[in-house]
Amino acid sequence: MEKSNPKRNLNKRRISRRSFMAGVGAGTVCVAASSRLFAGTGGGKQEKAVAEAGALSKIKLRINGRDHQLLVEPRWSLLYVMREKLGLTGTKEGCGRGECGACTVLIDDIPRYACLTLAVEAEGAEITTVEGLLDGEALGPVQEAFVEEDAFQCGYCTPGQIMSVEGLLRKNAAPSVEEIRTGVSGNLCRCGAYSHIFKAAEKAAKSRVK
Amino acid sequence: MTSDQKSIYHTEGLPVPETPSPGKAPKPWQETDVVGKPRARVDAYERVSGTAVYPSDIVLPRMLYGAILRCPHPHARVKKVDATAAEALPGVRAAIGPDDPETDLSWSFRDVKSRLFPKICRFEGEPVAAVAADTLYEAWDAARAIRVDYEVLPHVSDERRALEKDAPRVHESGNKLKTDTYARGDVEKGFSEADVVLEQHYRTEAEVHTPLELHGCVANWDDDVLTVWESTQGVYAVQSKVAEVLGLPLSKVRVIGHYLGGGFGSKLRTSRYSIVAALLAKKTGQPVKIFPPREATFLAMGNRPPSNMTLKAGIKNDGTLTALAFNCLGTGGAYPAGGTSLVDWQIRDLYLCPNVRTECTDVYINAGPARPFRAPGHPQCSWALEQMLDALAEAIGMDPVALRLKNVPDYSQGREGNPPYTTTGLRQCFTEGARRFGWEKARRRTAGQGKEGHLRRGVGMAGSVWFVGGGGPPSTVILKLFSDGSANLNMGASDIGTGTKTVMAMVAAEELGLRPEMIRIEHADTGTTQYATPSGGSKTVPTEAPTVRDAAVQVKSRLLKMAAEEMDLPVEELRYTGDDIVSRSQPERKLPITDISGLKRQGVVVGVGYRGPNPEKKTVNPFCAQFCEVEVNTRTGELRILRFLSTNESGRVMNRLTFDSQVIGGVTMGIGLAATEMRILDENRTGKMVNRNWHDYKLPTALDVPADIVGVPIEMPDAEANISGAKGLGEPVTIPTAAAVANAVYDAVGIRITESPINPLKLSSLLEQQKKEG
Repeated sequence: MEKSNPKRNLNKRRISRRSFMAGVGAGTVCVAASSRLFAGTGGGKQEKAVAEAGALSKIKLRINGRDHQLLVEPRWSLLYVMREKLGLTGTKEGCGRGECGACTVLIDDIPRYACLTLAVEAEGAEITTVEGLLDGEALGPVQEAFVEEDAFQCGYCTPGQIMSVEGLLRKNAAPSVEEIRTGVSGNLCRCGAYSHIFKAAEKAAKSRVK
Repeated sequence: MTSDQKSIYHTEGLPVPETPSPGKAPKPWQETDVVGKPRARVDAYERVSGTAVYPSDIVLPRMLYGAILRCPHPHARVKKVDATAAEALPGVRAAIGPDDPETDLSWSFRDVKSRLFPKICRFEGEPVAAVAADTLYEAWDAARAIRVDYEVLPHVSDERRALEKDAPRVHESGNKLKTDTYARGDVEKGFSEADVVLEQHYRTEAEVHTPLELHGCVANWDDDVLTVWESTQGVYAVQSKVAEVLGLPLSKVRVIGHYLGGGFGSKLRTSRYSIVAALLAKKTGQPVKIFPPREATFLAMGNRPPSNMTLKAGIKNDGTLTALAFNCLGTGGAYPAGGTSLVDWQIRDLYLCPNVRTECTDVYINAGPARPFRAPGHPQCSWALEQMLDALAEAIGMDPVALRLKNVPDYSQGREGNPPYTTTGLRQCFTEGARRFGWEKARRRTAGQGKEGHLRRGVGMAGSVWFVGGGGPPSTVILKLFSDGSANLNMGASDIGTGTKTVMAMVAAEELGLRPEMIRIEHADTGTTQYATPSGGSKTVPTEAPTVRDAAVQVKSRLLKMAAEEMDLPVEELRYTGDDIVSRSQPERKLPITDISGLKRQGVVVGVGYRGPNPEKKTVNPFCAQFCEVEVNTRTGELRILRFLSTNESGRVMNRLTFDSQVIGGVTMGIGLAATEMRILDENRTGKMVNRNWHDYKLPTALDVPADIVGVPIEMPDAEANISGAKGLGEPVTIPTAAAVANAVYDAVGIRITESPINPLKLSSLLEQQKKEG
């Protein structure tokens, strides 16, 4: 079985929905970093890459600049592992199936849904959560802007919104309102704080430049 | 305290509100230094840093994960449940089903009884069995391994079919729950006096709350004491329901809900999962966490039920309404759940009309029970009434704002005895809203737009009154002033995201002269904080703010009394100024608060505040008007909402910053009703909900709402309402939104869309039809 390659970039790897589903459907995915598994066509010799149900894999996750070594079932999502095993509960679960964006984290600087990312997939990547935007106890510029513009109400979608804005600003330091809208369009807010979120993103863009 | 902050007081020479003599109510605040100003939330840091611990974030030592197996059919008899295979799976610690003696518990929906695990499931998503396992994944493996034999029964999922003769019966008693009627004046006479009579059918689709945080809890027993961390709008409500169902004394059930990720009414009620978690925790001797998956919130955690409404209205050419006759068929789902609750209130109360008749029929269907959803009944009624008013205005050639202004009441027509409102800013909501929006100019612009091009602009508006919003007793809070002068506020109410905690800190700060940062709030815990009713009905601020003010007044009175003894002066001779107690006649005689030896000795001075009664023979209600501009693409049927303006009379503005957040949130939610949201039940075949996820059930996203949403307070501190002068805001802001959008769409393309939502599918086919009909 192939060992995971810590250097690989999750975001560059292409996983088709079909091959992903086939891999999961065949049993439990083991060491999902195995490129062979995800290169599979949905049939073929997958059994080689399939572990027994309940078997644990040892992985190392790099989150907010710190390494965490732990044993995980290969089917555990990154979200589940962070929230229930590592105590990183700043990242929220709204749906667990890629609909709401409450679990958005940065993986190698790109906003991704932690609920649709297996923990084993995330090995070797640089993961940033809302806690990782703090400098000691001080809020980061995006967090600060969210406070000042009151860009939240219940606060539950907020870590995900903040990470989407952070990811946007890392790529595009001075986004237009339309770009901001698109940047957070994968993050539902049932309280309806969107128009304040737009303002906060604009404010954060300015304060980051300073 | 950081070094640059010299004082814990904000006053620095500013007057602190006068302390009333014992037993007397304090005077209304005049100029305020803290209240009413824009202020970031006291718990903002926790919410944006990720340090806030929501109930779903709780992880306890030895904690297990629970999973509830739910009935996949809208109507079925549970014949047999076999958990043998499930129990044999790795990690599984307990399984419970309908045949286990501990689950033989009554669960009632209002006065209709069911069971924790019912033998007959009357809606899709009723709990059938449950398991607890070491991990969430193992729990779901096990839940899926439970074998259930169902006898699938015929269903009715469309309330419009529920009263047909051959419709399957949801309950043996039949499908009709009740018909409520209301009448004043003589409707027939009213219609005969009218110059124009219009009649129209309207429908709003069911909406599902789906707050971002899942419903759920963690339950843990310490011997015979049960602690539940619950995502709820009211910890005391959960405590009483759990204690009742499990037969426990209230003192042995502690419910904690420091944060919650949204509720919108769906977390006013207690759900069966809390009982299931408690039973599994008891059985295993370990804490159990159950947060049912998102799908369950679509099926079993409440909804705003669909409304089928017919409104007939008569009007004179001068704009005088002569009669309103309203019918509604609605449903609260499979159990009594307020299917038509308040759905006629705008008709009864909002506009002057001497002759009104309403009739609302609530029926059962095989669908999840409704729960209060932000202004229950009101947006539906507004959808009908406000569209009708626009049609009437057009029929008599009157401006829609002018027509509404013609019919503004200053007393409540819908209530027995026609009590006056304490304050009503409805008129100002219309006039100031129209002025700020540029209504007349916008109307001229849309009326004058050419017929060429496929993008059509339209403007629309609507008004509203909210049934409650004045709050009221009971509420108790405790304010503790420590020996350094800082304070701790202890209240049972939840902050559901509206900024309640921040407002309460501001109230205490205003009254004590303290800076709001010096007030730390402990709340929403039945074990340690005081009794409060659940946060809902836009009543939390008008209920708790006066209570907090009363507590602060009590603290000041006690300090004055202590100081009077020490200074050997009569109490009435002394003033509380924030940092000092000062003699009125000899201002040089003063005693710093922190030097009061009584305070030093006790370590703390406690003030207990109670919510006083509401005014007699008057009613306290908030009002709102909204204006919007839309653009319709006549080729695709797409609707873009370009801007919104909301004028609100909610008494005193408490926090100017969170005021705006309420406005944009209410408008956004109303846009959902207007344009994107609908629950779809497969009535013809399975009766199941087919869009039970956020991909298929469309919430408004960042791409669907205008960036330009303006909140304009019509500030009228309501001295009669309560000693804070505040009325509710959270619900009024979402009542007229959908109707305003529909009116704007009519202004844009001349099509009156009477059935929600105005999505491209519907709009494009109506535009096509319009083209054909020329």
